[in-house]
Order: sequence, then C-alpha cells, then structure tokens
Amino acid sequence: MQIYVCIKHVPDSAANIHLLDDTRIDEKVAFLLNPYDEHAVTEAAALKKKAADSEIIAVCIGKPDAEKTIRTAMAMGADRGILVETDEACDSMTTARALHAAIVQDGSADIIFTGKESIDSEGMQTQFRIGALFGFPVVTNAAFLDVTSGKAVVTCELSGGRTRTFELALPCVVGAGRGLNTPAYPTFPDVVKARKKPIKTISLDSLSITPAGGSAKTVALAPLVQKRHPKKITGTPADQAKEIIRILQKEAKVLA
Amino acid sequence: MKKTGILIELENGRVKETSLGMITLAARTEADLHALVLDGVDDTACDILAQYGITTVVDLALASDPEIRLNPAVRADAAAQAAQKLQLDVIFGLSSADGKDFIPRVAALLDAPLVMDCLDVDLEKNIARTSQYSGKVLADIQLTGDVVIFGIRPNAVQPVPSPAQTKKITVPADNTVPADFVLVSWDDGENSSRTSLAEADIIVAGGRGLKNKDNFSLIFDCAEKMNAAVGASRVAVDEGWVSYAYQVGQTGEKVNPQVYITFGISGSIQHFAGMKTARMIIAVNKDDNAAIMANCDYQVQGDVFEILPELIRQL
Repeated sequence: MQIYVCIKHVPDSAANIHLLDDTRIDEKVAFLLNPYDEHAVTEAAALKKKAADSEIIAVCIGKPDAEKTIRTAMAMGADRGILVETDEACDSMTTARALHAAIVQDGSADIIFTGKESIDSEGMQTQFRIGALFGFPVVTNAAFLDVTSGKAVVTCELSGGRTRTFELALPCVVGAGRGLNTPAYPTFPDVVKARKKPIKTISLDSLSITPAGGSAKTVALAPLVQKRHPKKITGTPADQAKEIIRILQKEAKVLA
Repeated sequence: MKKTGILIELENGRVKETSLGMITLAARTEADLHALVLDGVDDTACDILAQYGITTVVDLALASDPEIRLNPAVRADAAAQAAQKLQLDVIFGLSSADGKDFIPRVAALLDAPLVMDCLDVDLEKNIARTSQYSGKVLADIQLTGDVVIFGIRPNAVQPVPSPAQTKKITVPADNTVPADFVLVSWDDGENSSRTSLAEADIIVAGGRGLKNKDNFSLIFDCAEKMNAAVGASRVAVDEGWVSYAYQVGQTGEKVNPQVYITFGISGSIQHFAGMKTARMIIAVNKDDNAAIMANCDYQVQGDVFEILPELIRQL
C-alpha cells in the first residue's frame, strides 16, 4: 500500500508565543511535529507492519526548517518525505491544494493520514478539503482503524463518549485523534536511520496549483492574556462548599 | 442584503440554546436569516426560531433512518446543496462535537473558506475572531469568496429574542448514502442525556489530585448534582480514570462554560488552552502554589477529599 501522511511543523504547545507584529508570531521558539500527526504517523507505521510491501511518505508544506519535522516522522516510521517549500503562510484551501498536488505528482495513494487538527492555527478542516479534491471519503478524530481487503473500518469519537463507526472504501482520508494509538517515541538508532532517508523538496510555485475561489487571511493577532484576580475562599470544608454553592447561585447564576 | 444560513442543531427535537446564540450573532448585521434544519422542524421549533429573528425556516427533510440521518457525508451534502439552491452568502454552524465533523465537510464541498471555533464574527467585513496557538493568541481572520462559513463556538453569544415574521419552506435532501462512506454502527454513550462538554454551562473537572479511578467518581457525582458536564485533565485520562472523550485542553476538548470548577488540577499551559475562555474559574487544590490558583476567579485551598463530599452533600 502507498500510505501518505500529511504532517505539520508547529510551535511546541508549551512555548510562549510572542508577536513580531500584527500578523506574525516570533518563530524563534521550538517547533515540532504536530501532536495529532504523531498519531497519524504511528498508525501508518502499524499499517505497514501488517502490509509489509507498503511505503509511507510524509508530506509537509512549510519553510525549509520543516525538514526537522519530516525527520521526526521518518524516525517514527515514514520511509521518505516530501517538503513543499514556501515562505508564505497558506490558508487551508491553498494547503489542501498543495498537498493534493504533491501527492498526485508523487504516486497513487491508498490511504492518506492527517492529524484531526493542527495545534497552531487550529483550523480543523484540511483533511476534508484534501478528501474533496481527491474525491475520497474522509473521517476525523479516528480512534480505531482496521484496514482489510480494500476497505477501512473506522471508529470516530464525538464528545461525551459517543462514537460512530464507518466503513470506507479505499482510498480514503483518515484524520487521527488521540484515541487512535500511543505514539512510541523514536529510539536513537531510529533517529540516526532517519537522517539517511530521502526528502524531496519542491517549491509551492512549481506545483502550479489553481488558486481557490475564496481565501482566509489573518488580518490581526493579539496576545490572549486573561489575567484573573483570584479571591480566596477560606474556612472549614463545609464553609468552603457552602460558599461555592452561593457563588454558583448568586454570582454566576448557573444553579437554581 | 446578505442571505445568511444558520445550521440549527436540535436536541430531542428542540432547538438548542447554543443554536439560538448563533442567530443573535448573525442578526447583528442586517441580513435575511435562514434557519437550515436537518432533523425535522415542528411548529414549536418554528415559533422559537421566529422569536429569535429567523425569516425563513428551511426544512431539509432528512430521512429518519439513523444510517442516513447520522451519516455526516449525507448531512453535509444536504446542507451544501441547500446553500447553493438558496444562494446563501454566509453560513453559520456550531463548532460543537458534531459540528466539527460536519461544518468543515460543507466547506470542503462548497470549496468555501471557513473559520472554526469563532468567538465573534463581524459580518460587515467577514472577519472572525478565534483563538490560536493553544489559546495564547487571538486571531482575526478575514474570509473572501462567494460564500463564507463560520463555525461558532457554543456559548460564544448569549441568545437575545428579536421576533420576526417567519415562513417555512422545504429544500429536500438527497438522502443518498455514498457507497464509499457508510455508517455501520453508532454508540451514544452510557448516558446520552449527560450534558456535552462543549455546550455545558457548568463543567466540573478533575485531575491528578483525585489519585485514582474510584475517587474520580466523586467528580461524576458532583457534576450530576449540578447538572454539569464532567471534564478531566490529561493526567486523569492517561491514568485511565476516564476516557479521552472527557479530556479538556490542548489535545482535548476546547470548552467555553459559564463556570469551570477544578478539583486537583494544577493548571498546565496545555490545560488552560482548553478552558481559559470560561467566564468564571473556581479552583480547588491542596497546593497554594499550583499554577491554576494564580489564574482563577476563586481559589479554594484545601483537601479535595473533604471539600468534594461536602459539596455533594450540600447540593
């Protein structure tokens, strides 16, 4: 099977984000593989174990520095990488077009993995756009996957413990959720091996994608600082409980 | 005048409060407001929609068989086709658990730009405000296109009545299940009436301080007494005390309740990413130095195992 994994190079969720100006963050922070994409790569590697003649290709759009994230995906099991290089901040419509074009140029996908969302722009939509461009069915927040004889059975999580199980024809697009697996962090030999795996770098321009009819553009960024000023609730546990209930009833007005 | 379509979510046949909030947000700019209802709309629902300013209720008449009605591809196709037939300029939908597997499908089908999880929308300029980078940054995103789509964070706007004359039309859905995407089974959880995290007014959340799965049941007891939803920190999920569906934070649910009450949660930056927009945070923790104690509205220093049972008793 030809397994493509779309990955993103994102700032570490624990990093402090500073703004350079109204529309750009200071990128001098640690960047890494988007956490949901770790689940996507892990699932691709598990699939390859079952179908040994498979190849896993990690595809990423970003600046040259995103190579690091492709290397991480390789250390976790990807066989080779494709970096669609651009300095532009692309919206989801352009990103999906670029990933679609890069995959079409490279080969024929049997299954495409993504994370269910990226933790930087949190758009939650690229997997659906990729699916629409290919005409493949799409699931998101997958928590269980079984691929056999040309079809995929996938269980997806909604909130509150609700699930939906779908049967998809291959090729399909699977947006990985946290419930899907437990990523194994690469060993040192894996990291060394990953350094020797091939990465094909192509420029976004060279893909000559047809521009989308619409666009999404960031026009302003502002730090979200929400400084709260805590008041203490003291006394015995019974007093504290009583005061919490009073606040819920009288101040927040959420309890009768 | 703009034509705005609002994708209405129902619960047991009734219009959800959070759906009414979307109407109030859409009505801030003069527009012809269409309510798109997939799951059947009775007179009561029509009246409620009229009270909040809907001028046209559009019944998409989805088939009632769950294999059809619960299939997100069928739903998205119905919504996208209606949007084209009605020539909508703007579409609003909820960035709820179901919405996250629905609104982006509609956007992909229409090849239209979308911002999910909007806290606010300026329809004069088509600019949406949302949070990014684990809730550390507020971003204003401007959409251009023939039709633009906004996924609204539940509870972002409180509904305000604004009565209008309403007519009802039907734009029937195709009701065809695509051969390559079939819903084979569904599970609505052990207790489907339990309030969903994304839309709850009150969330009671537990973390490391609960120490084990048995103790975590106190969180469920407390939440039940308050008619609240249950949340959990990543530690509680990783330890297996509750399933991932309960996790609030960077890699869990992003929530926006009126009140968020924590028990034994230290308040990592990743946890805050999921709940920092709560109107009020009440933190109960043994440790006065826990991060959450400095960034809440009420701090309750004390033993979770004394305060929680006391709270359950008094409720």
